[in-house]
Amino acid sequence: MSNTQGKPKLAVWKFASCDGCQLSLLDCEDELLQLADSIDIAYFMEASSRQVEGPYDLSLVEGSITTADDERRIRAVRDQSRALVTIGACATAGGIQALRNFADVEEFTAVVYAHPEYIATLKTSTAISAHVPVDFELQGCPVNKRQLLEVISAFLHRRPPQVPPHSVCIECKLRGNVCVWVAHGTPCLGPVTHAGCGAICPSYNRGCYGCYGPKENPNTASLCHWWREELGADQATLIENLRNFNAAAPPFERESRRQEQRDGEE
Amino acid sequence: MAKSKTIKVDYLARVEGEGALHIRYDDSGVHDVKLKIFEPPRFFEAFMRGRDYLEAPDITARICGICPVAYQMSALHAMEHALGLVPTPELRALRRLIYCGEWIESHVLHIYMLHAPDFLGYDSAVAMAKDHPKIVQDGLQIKKAGNALVRLLGGREVHPINVRVGGFYRVPGTTELETLREQLQQARALAEDTVRWTASLPFPQFERADGDQYEFVALSHPDEYPMNEGRIVSTQGLNIDAQEYEQYFREEHVEYSNALHSVLEQRGAYMVGPMARYNLNFDRLAPRVQRLAEEIGFPPFCANPFQSIVVRSLEVLHAFDEALRIIDDYRPPSEPFVSGTIRAATGCAATEAPRGLLYHRYSVDDAGKITAARIVPPTSQNQKTIEEDLRLMLPQFMHLPEARLRARCEQAIRNYDPCISCSTHFLQLHLQRGAGALG
Repeated sequence: MSNTQGKPKLAVWKFASCDGCQLSLLDCEDELLQLADSIDIAYFMEASSRQVEGPYDLSLVEGSITTADDERRIRAVRDQSRALVTIGACATAGGIQALRNFADVEEFTAVVYAHPEYIATLKTSTAISAHVPVDFELQGCPVNKRQLLEVISAFLHRRPPQVPPHSVCIECKLRGNVCVWVAHGTPCLGPVTHAGCGAICPSYNRGCYGCYGPKENPNTASLCHWWREELGADQATLIENLRNFNAAAPPFERESRRQEQRDGEE
Repeated sequence: MAKSKTIKVDYLARVEGEGALHIRYDDSGVHDVKLKIFEPPRFFEAFMRGRDYLEAPDITARICGICPVAYQMSALHAMEHALGLVPTPELRALRRLIYCGEWIESHVLHIYMLHAPDFLGYDSAVAMAKDHPKIVQDGLQIKKAGNALVRLLGGREVHPINVRVGGFYRVPGTTELETLREQLQQARALAEDTVRWTASLPFPQFERADGDQYEFVALSHPDEYPMNEGRIVSTQGLNIDAQEYEQYFREEHVEYSNALHSVLEQRGAYMVGPMARYNLNFDRLAPRVQRLAEEIGFPPFCANPFQSIVVRSLEVLHAFDEALRIIDDYRPPSEPFVSGTIRAATGCAATEAPRGLLYHRYSVDDAGKITAARIVPPTSQNQKTIEEDLRLMLPQFMHLPEARLRARCEQAIRNYDPCISCSTHFLQLHLQRGAGALG
């Protein structure tokens, strides 16, 4: 066994999710072994059957809270963690499974399962921050692995992570992309969406669909206005775009509900 | 009376998602095997209703971070079946190419990081790397090449953004694909080493007796090793179109699992995945892959599930040969996607995810909104076979000390590379020795 004495202890936790964000850590093919040399990966069930007891210096939490057991488990994780960082849209905003927050979960259960009575689930899917204090939220569905390494490094060196809060538009300009909205009339959530992906959708000739969630202070009302007025987007398209992987992120949720009401008034 | 014993594993490590195992047995036999999936349900089939047909590949990708391309592929083919769209041969080749990338990335993750540590007695690849640094570093380089392929065609490794109903949002130029050739060729050489290395691992001997033999189920295509297309065939003579899938396969909901169990009508459990594909399609593997199997003495029909790690490594090698062939023959499509008229319709499709057959069915209305969705992932299909494996192999391994017996059971589950997030509408290991209620 390697010498783990004096190394900071890292734990990786999973709640309701697809495993894609923790996989991003294993996708750091060039850095993984070096990372494992400088920290003790003390708890990471997807990658190791070794389980070292807490407390942990840094906990990375993937996934959202959707069961009563998980409501209890996240508090136990917080109690054992010096710093707790959420990774990805599920842990930060409830994820795609938060679409249940806008619907009837009992009806959902009946659609998928023959015996709904076997299924224990909450009516909502909620972000980790709704349950325990969180030290940093890394957005993205999935997170960017470079940013993930930056966040781990920052917390282990006790400095703030360098994760710019600006919009995808800035990344698009830095890449030298032609604007898909201005040049092609393609609806794009770039102006209100948090940077981090590297503006990949516009680079592949499609509009941003908001998988990195809201940027700092997004003007979603103005975006919706221009989508309607200039691009002829209908209500369904607006709501579908605001209500996907970050549906329950407060700025997106507020705007999608406002758009719903607005159409009711028209 | 014989004393009842239990094997319990509350949280399986080195699998994707949250599952547990519970086995109750005594000297007279194995009485209960439950693979429990406690991964919480996320209700994809329910919340897909009302969404736009173009969103199906983006949303279903989020079922699994390890095999998002598989979900995208089954979703695309099902939608195209509904809408009567037929992508051009050039687009079809590009789809195979991105699928090759995912097979490589997903299989190599499993071979090196999840399964190999079982054979060599480590708790992780990181621990294994202390004694076998070159092996683990090679594995990471092969995985990296798979990811590079997915990133180039899909925009990123996890949840690619570039696949679209009808084709792609943007297709690569010839020179873009050329940039990958050298990396793929170097990784291919390492993948060949991987086959020789996995074939040299110490395998527990286990084969099912006559009467308990597996029914292997996979796609089969006349001209190619199956990925995106083909008929659904089995070693017991099944030969159907994907449209007939629901007439032959049924999902059961059992109390202890959030994953539905899939069974073949009147026949019960069956196996999908690399062993099924290999056993039903050996002669359509790339010629160099067939020759290597022959050279190392690995049979064209593999019945020991612990050897699935060799089959996976042969499939990785095949995926490299196929990817290089596609790049050699590449002609950029004239249009990035084909489109047609939206109409109310129902379509279905099955493709070969790294873990096996993945079935999707969608209905859409005349505005292109989804009205019904059904998804049957590979792990729900294998769940019953995993339980049967454990029941059948336990008597043979019962002499092992408890810790090794539990480890052997976990290894047997990992033979299937179970993907638990996928199968929830899908796993928990409790081995029970001694009296006590099932937890």
